[in-house]
Amino acid sequence: MLTIKDLKRISDYEWEIPKSYRDDMRVPVRVFATRRLLDAVMQDKSLEQAVNAATLPGLVGHVMVMPDMHQGYGFPIGGVAATKYPEGVISPGAIGYDINCGVRLLASHITYTEVKPHLDRLATTVDQYCPSGVGKKGSVPISDGQLAEICRDGSRWALRNGYASEQDLRRTEEGGRLEGADPSKVSERAMARGRPQLGTLGAGNHFIEIDVVEQVFHERAADAMGLVKGNLVVQIHCGSRGFGHQICSDYVRDFQQAVQRYNIRLPDRELVCAPMDSPEGQDYLAAMRAAANYAFANRQVLASHVRRAFEDALAGRVRQWQLHQVYDIAHNMGKIETHLIDGKPVRVCVHRKGATRAFGPGSPELPEEYRSIGQPVLVPGSMGTASWVLVGTETSMEHSFGSTCHGAGRMMSRSKARKTVRGDKLIRELEADGIRIRAGSMAGLAEEAPIAYKDVDAVVETVAGAEIARKVARLVPVAVIKG
Amino acid sequence: MEHTADWALRVWAADLPSLLVEAARGMYHLMGAVPGAPAGEIRLEVDGIDAETLLVSFLSEVLHLVEDGGRLIQPEKPVLTGFSAQMVASSFEIASQEKEIKAVTYHQLKVGETSLGLETTIVFDV
Repeated sequence: MLTIKDLKRISDYEWEIPKSYRDDMRVPVRVFATRRLLDAVMQDKSLEQAVNAATLPGLVGHVMVMPDMHQGYGFPIGGVAATKYPEGVISPGAIGYDINCGVRLLASHITYTEVKPHLDRLATTVDQYCPSGVGKKGSVPISDGQLAEICRDGSRWALRNGYASEQDLRRTEEGGRLEGADPSKVSERAMARGRPQLGTLGAGNHFIEIDVVEQVFHERAADAMGLVKGNLVVQIHCGSRGFGHQICSDYVRDFQQAVQRYNIRLPDRELVCAPMDSPEGQDYLAAMRAAANYAFANRQVLASHVRRAFEDALAGRVRQWQLHQVYDIAHNMGKIETHLIDGKPVRVCVHRKGATRAFGPGSPELPEEYRSIGQPVLVPGSMGTASWVLVGTETSMEHSFGSTCHGAGRMMSRSKARKTVRGDKLIRELEADGIRIRAGSMAGLAEEAPIAYKDVDAVVETVAGAEIARKVARLVPVAVIKG
Repeated sequence: MEHTADWALRVWAADLPSLLVEAARGMYHLMGAVPGAPAGEIRLEVDGIDAETLLVSFLSEVLHLVEDGGRLIQPEKPVLTGFSAQMVASSFEIASQEKEIKAVTYHQLKVGETSLGLETTIVFDV
């Protein structure tokens, strides 16, 4: 069993598990954490899972884990692993069941002072416009043909159908559309799950949150994003719903046989994989991209609903009720990118599971308005606590495959949270702090209580200390909408 | 069971067909799923390459019936041929459901033998 003595300290914020720790490791593991966060992480299996991930064929560089790491299925949440393209493997478990789970941030010119008398109404209206919770169907009926279009075109479908603006797409990772998606590589069962769920939030740790910009740390970046201290912003956190889950389930099942076919031995079945240049690997890439595009479209439709809710609740009551997009990021994804390994550009598949792309200034992938500051990174905290806007840095490109953390990271099981916290009491406590809650389930709310998560400020301090992201603004919640 | 990743269920039974039945019952319990009006008979056929993949395939099929068909089954011991399972079961509409299970995972999944039969721990993504 791994202990602190097995890790080599690189700095106050970086540690390494050397390749020599275990015979089957192909690369070392780089851990971004303070000593305090590391001590807490020793309570679960995240680092052992990172060591297991370091056995995947075709790995380059290091496997990395971010300070919000926690135990996942096979691959740790907060994990990043890059495999050489095309001969290295792709692993659905290293991307996650909720493919393209991510966050969208919308900003406004609405001050907290002017909106405060209308916040209850606003929270209720957003809740009414955005379907959430167990079994809820979407408000955007689509046919099989339209679902296939969404798989191929993602946010562009939303643009064609009146749910998006050009600015929204420009300010979405990958323009809201991954090339190479193929709906024919998606099972009928996944299509059946996806069709009724477009434009829904889901449940669990997904939410819509109305925040206020509490503090700005990087004025130039905040200006570029339109973030103003004291103004309202909205976060939307959700992913590909049952569609992505089914795709991951289908390919994790299919790859149980693929690993035998390609003679790949793994310490954990959830790490099953196939070479990217194999038929199985190509099929999964195409299906994963379809799920990613669905999630981009889903968040785009939800953003459209939120905008309509803001208009409904606030038009005529505040000076400017409109919302503009800051950015939309994915934190469960596999992307083919080019990174410098030992000074040479290498094409790799970067698996990020509970980790966010954080490209630095000058990256051509960024829209012009952000190219000089770096990519916006959106880091939601647990319910009722702060969230953060960061930007990517040159150091993240050099040290972490252009990646950083994604959130607060869970540290308590759902069952323990339900036993420890009462949902109705939590609502009263949050409302006493000025946070309106609209939740579909008391038990679900209890599971998402702040004590179940790490301290997001400590997570952000770590990535900032390691220079794999830079602080832009701290946000605090005034309303939370959950399924 | 405590599990930070999401929900974990420990299941034990005398044999593999019984393990599938108990796992389905446990999954329904985690979901807080309550049966309503009868909805006819359903035939399930699933297969796997070993006990673990059969278990995941079976539970995934049961989950599919919940999400797509809006139905629960009265799980009966399936007939196993190698690692293929067939079952005919009574089904019911869902009167109420508290939680959604999104996927059955292979996380640390191992069907092990004990003095009383078989035991396993299944982790669900919620």
